Amino acid sequence: MEPVQRVEGRAMPLDRSDVDTDQIVPARFLKRIERTGFGEFLFAEWRQDPGFVLNDERYAGATILLAGANFGSGSSREHAPWALEDYGFRAVIAPSFADIFRNNCCKIGLLPVELPQESVRALMDAVLDDPSTTIVIDLEALTVTAPTVQESFPFDDFRRWCLLEGYDDIDLTMRHVEEIAAYEAARPGWLPTA
Amino acid sequence: MTDENGSAATAQASQATSGSTDHRTLAEKVWERHVVHRAAGEPDLLYVDLHLVHEVTSAQAFEALRLAGRPVRRADLTVATMDHNVPTTEGPVSDPTSARQMEALATNAKEFGITLYPWGSGGQGIVHVIGPEMGYTQPGLTIVCGDSHTSTHGAFGALAFGIGTSEVEHVLATQTIQQQPARTMAITVEGDLPPGCSAKDVILGIINRIGTDGGIGHVIEYRGSTIRALSMEGRMTICNMSIEAGARAGMVAPDDTTFAYVEGRPYAPSGVDWERALEDWRSLPTDDDASFDTEVTLDATDLRPFVSWGTNPAQSVTIDEEVPDPSTFDGTKREAAQRALTYMALEAGTPIRGIRPDTVFIGSCTNSRIEDLRLAAEVVRGRRVADGLRALVVPGSVAVKIEAEREGLDRIFRDAGFDWRGAGCSMCLGMNPDILQPGERSASTSNRNFEGRQGKGGRTHLVSPGVAAATAIAGHFTTPEDL
Repeated sequence: MEPVQRVEGRAMPLDRSDVDTDQIVPARFLKRIERTGFGEFLFAEWRQDPGFVLNDERYAGATILLAGANFGSGSSREHAPWALEDYGFRAVIAPSFADIFRNNCCKIGLLPVELPQESVRALMDAVLDDPSTTIVIDLEALTVTAPTVQESFPFDDFRRWCLLEGYDDIDLTMRHVEEIAAYEAARPGWLPTA
Repeated sequence: MTDENGSAATAQASQATSGSTDHRTLAEKVWERHVVHRAAGEPDLLYVDLHLVHEVTSAQAFEALRLAGRPVRRADLTVATMDHNVPTTEGPVSDPTSARQMEALATNAKEFGITLYPWGSGGQGIVHVIGPEMGYTQPGLTIVCGDSHTSTHGAFGALAFGIGTSEVEHVLATQTIQQQPARTMAITVEGDLPPGCSAKDVILGIINRIGTDGGIGHVIEYRGSTIRALSMEGRMTICNMSIEAGARAGMVAPDDTTFAYVEGRPYAPSGVDWERALEDWRSLPTDDDASFDTEVTLDATDLRPFVSWGTNPAQSVTIDEEVPDPSTFDGTKREAAQRALTYMALEAGTPIRGIRPDTVFIGSCTNSRIEDLRLAAEVVRGRRVADGLRALVVPGSVAVKIEAEREGLDRIFRDAGFDWRGAGCSMCLGMNPDILQPGERSASTSNRNFEGRQGKGGRTHLVSPGVAAATAIAGHFTTPEDL
């Protein structure tokens, strides 16, 4: 994975809560066996509406998505972060994220940034008011900076370190391969095997 | 028992758990005994006892292994089936992209030496239905799958959660998973379920109460006399929808009901091993004086059958109520309710019983097991599906289908005008040809009423199997008692 230290760019306001992964990428587009090319299916239904924010030229090229609480709820499909990433997003800022979605984002270097509801609101208002507003997310310093907002955000230390360094999870785990083998040797014999 | 690893892990500060070392919850016990590596500032590395695999979320993981030249560490702890894409009617797979995904799984299973129950085989079915019915799912295990409804297996006292494709790859390569600390939540349900109420109504009631994000970061343990009185299938229905409350997992402590279900199944321990397993499993339930981070209680005697009216599973009311007025909600919930009513083409104040679905779907990993089908068949026996309404029953597995046919349930459904189909996920998420048309409305025993979930533009109402069956007959939402 490529290291991620900082995301700087314009943001797209998606002012909805409980955005589920079926909206981010509907199930009928999950049949590809490749990891790439899901950007064209991002918000496939909602973008049929010409008034949907993804179709608003003023936000074209945004690299940060601003959204409501419980973003990424529902299905565990990693295709949802793949679609956001493939479309060009590098970070999502929301008041809260569904657990599996947050995990999946971290695995591919798409930053899930959790800020208090009021701060997300302030960022949305700023971006609605002036679509050229630039937001800076600094993963090293754990800060989000915009003209009207300066806020720090929580992020798990280990995940932050993995993202900053661009480490591969499997490589990291394989450092503990002897512990895995020792654990396996001690497992009871009656546990199920296929 | 994994004494060496377990005790080494517990000797350190218990970052993953909030209770003390002596007084632990079921979730904490299962978690602790699977810790392979623990270090300050890192997630725990947990061993995975059972990795379930299906065709939709695994292809990219196998491909990445291939590119990196990595083998599957424990093919013997990995079980695969085809469920999301499979047709439920006779004949070839009509969609070439579905066929390609199914072929990819067959190729990957063969290349990496993984047991596969493919479409057309007797063991095939929804991954969360076949795991328990074959006896792979057992108390105290850690179980993962690239599917959020893996929480189903928690009904046995297993710690089971859904993972993404990168994590599928990690588990295939290492048989472990990194897990951030979880909080514990007790949801205690007490009292006898009123007539006409089922496990589905218990979980819809819980989600209605705590919301779609109420369980974020938590492992839920369902407790209390109502849960204890449920069959394993009822408990699976409840644990299945834990993810709909945002929880990382849902669990029920194993008891005699659990042991009776597991005993004698093909992959369950037997003989001396059965006795050893039982002794171990009896040590799993939460200690009397253990504490939870969050506690919620529910009086089962207050429950009524639930029907969802919106586009997330918390947007529901009882069947006796009306579609709510968005202005009665606060803040973002108000806008969400307004948007949901527009999508669902419903007006506030409409009695739920006055809503007429076009399609009734009985199936999915939530409600497609034999007890669900028996209950629904009893409701429709000797009756006819309402004119113009499409009704289909999709058994959760080939084994469920065969058992239902042995009991003659297929005849009851067919005689009433239902389609009787093959096993799979089917209309729960519309990856196969079973979909809603734009604007079509369903009464569905599945788990998600998200926009377009059952087909582009489709409108889903979540209900229990009893309400689904009665609604198919009446043509509008109703209960079996009211027919």
